[in-house]
Amino acid sequence: MSTYFHSVTLQPNLCCGCTNCLKRCPTEAIRVHEGKAHILRQRCIDCGECIRNCPHHAKKALSSTMEEIENYKIKVALPAPALFGQFNNLDNIDIVLSGLISIGFDYVFEVSRAAELVSDATRKLISQGKLNLPVISSACPAVVRLIKIRFPELCDNVMPLLAPMEVAARIARKEVKDKTGASDEDIGVFFITPCAAKYTEILSPSVGSKSACNGAIAISHIYPELTSAMEHLKVIEPLSNSGLIGVGWSISGGESAAMLGEKYLAADGIENVIRVLEELEDDHIHDVDFIELNACSGGCVGGVLNVENPYVAQARIQNLRKYLPISLNHLDEKDLPNMLLDGELKFDSSIFSLDTDINKAIEKMTKMEEILKGLPGLDCGSCGAPSCRAMAEDIVQNHAKETDCIFKLKAKIQKVYDQLKDTI
Amino acid sequence: MSAIHLHFDVPGDDFTRAGEASGSTKKRLKALGYDSDAIRRVAIAMYEAEINMVIHANGGYCDVDVYPDRVEILLADDGPGIEDIDKAMQEGYSTAPDNVRSLGFGAGMGLPNIKKYSDEMRIDTKLGIGTKLYLTIKVH
Ligand SMILES: Nc1ncnc2c1ncn2[C@@H]1O[C@H](COP(=O)(O)OP(=O)(O)OP(=O)(O)O)[C@@H](O)[C@H]1O
Ligand code: SF4
Ligand SMILES: [Mg+2]
Repeated sequence: MSTYFHSVTLQPNLCCGCTNCLKRCPTEAIRVHEGKAHILRQRCIDCGECIRNCPHHAKKALSSTMEEIENYKIKVALPAPALFGQFNNLDNIDIVLSGLISIGFDYVFEVSRAAELVSDATRKLISQGKLNLPVISSACPAVVRLIKIRFPELCDNVMPLLAPMEVAARIARKEVKDKTGASDEDIGVFFITPCAAKYTEILSPSVGSKSACNGAIAISHIYPELTSAMEHLKVIEPLSNSGLIGVGWSISGGESAAMLGEKYLAADGIENVIRVLEELEDDHIHDVDFIELNACSGGCVGGVLNVENPYVAQARIQNLRKYLPISLNHLDEKDLPNMLLDGELKFDSSIFSLDTDINKAIEKMTKMEEILKGLPGLDCGSCGAPSCRAMAEDIVQNHAKETDCIFKLKAKIQKVYDQLKDTI
Repeated sequence: MSAIHLHFDVPGDDFTRAGEASGSTKKRLKALGYDSDAIRRVAIAMYEAEINMVIHANGGYCDVDVYPDRVEILLADDGPGIEDIDKAMQEGYSTAPDNVRSLGFGAGMGLPNIKKYSDEMRIDTKLGIGTKLYLTIKVH
């Protein structure tokens, strides 16, 4: 799996090698070596926690640029509903959509429209009794990837539906082709993204092999150009076609509310998400049919590529929703098969296990526990690993040596010094 | 054959800490890349037994031995003992006090679930002396 792409990267010139990101990474995917942070690619779920927590802004998310859209004859924008929470006093989504047209897109399709279809499809699948309950939303790619590498028993509980972004991309692509007769290569479909995880999902889907999106442009990247375009609009085209259900998907609880009465649970923020998954795995959660999990606090409005404070954005979305009809997109049952995932979500056991051979893994763990007893247990991070336990694991896996622990090193130096002292 | 041995004290005076032993066992098994279905069964059976020790017997200890093909667990307490094992094994039978019922315990499903999820289960209990529960969970 060396081809796995992920979006969050380090800008080494800004990194001072502190332990802020190290300690906050929920999958222990960061190590500091020789004064710089390194991301263990396979373990990173692109949740963005390190971007949020780095005081030196040394972590950033890769995403597409506006220049990239020029590679295509027909340019399609798929705005995430979180985008609508970024503007002061916005009472009409058409202003944003018309703005996207005026900065260079030929066509817009709101992801909130696809979200309404996904909500519809979810309700249908639950009522048909076709899902493993409780079913976990597949919308947040950081959550899906977390399940894929850490929660083997929950892979079957993930909703077998494509995320709204992907549904939107497929519908928009088809509409453009039908309308213009253009070929797939001529159509560039770009998600306007609140987060890094969505870009990763486009380049390295968790299930299946190819996304119908060509890239994802950060909300923060187009924000200046877009706001200025929105201020200078000559005409506001009636482009919007989503209701309050779809727009509400951008805030935590919005997707659940669309379940209209099913027994649901909604959790946001990656640590809370992990807690829910642990409980679910141990069979401690009952009487719930649907589980909405967002890696970001507050939901997608909390994504690291937004510009506005998540709580302000949330309030704006609530406000915007007031003037919208419930839902404007309804599923035609014959389209349901087109919305299903392109395959099964398969657990990847290689990422967190000590060894693929259980006997070797047991040997390694025995060694690891032995090493751990000798470490000071301070979890200080000075060695470059997030905890003494992670350090013990790194030593066993030959990624670190015992004297990388400054206390071990000090003890060793002391010993050498004592020996020398006696000989002098 | 190699094995990992884990030992946990289960404090009887802090109800909110119940579940820590089964939780850390689960973490270790995951790090071993252990069979995921076996992990699930260990986590559930051990959790129920751990809670029982806290609710009914004022705590105790557990010893866990992990082998490549099975996990052996001993949960021991010096609580009141179980008067009638057959009765205790029945679904719905419970002597749990009201204060834990309000937290969702006391459905009388713990022991039946432990039996369901483990491959071997043996209870040694003496009134006034304590209870030992031996469980084996195999990789299927
Ligand atoms: N370690 C123990 N020491 C003493 N009595 C026990 C012990 N474990 C279980 N029992 C007795 O067996 C009964 C049944 O246990 P079981 O775990 O099936 O149900 P419960 O603990 O009462 O409820 P639940 O497990 O559903 O929360 C208990 O109510 C208690 O009387
Ligand atoms: S919650 Fe939304 S914004 Fe955050 S990672 Fe998941 S999909 Fe992206
Ligand atoms: Mg019980």
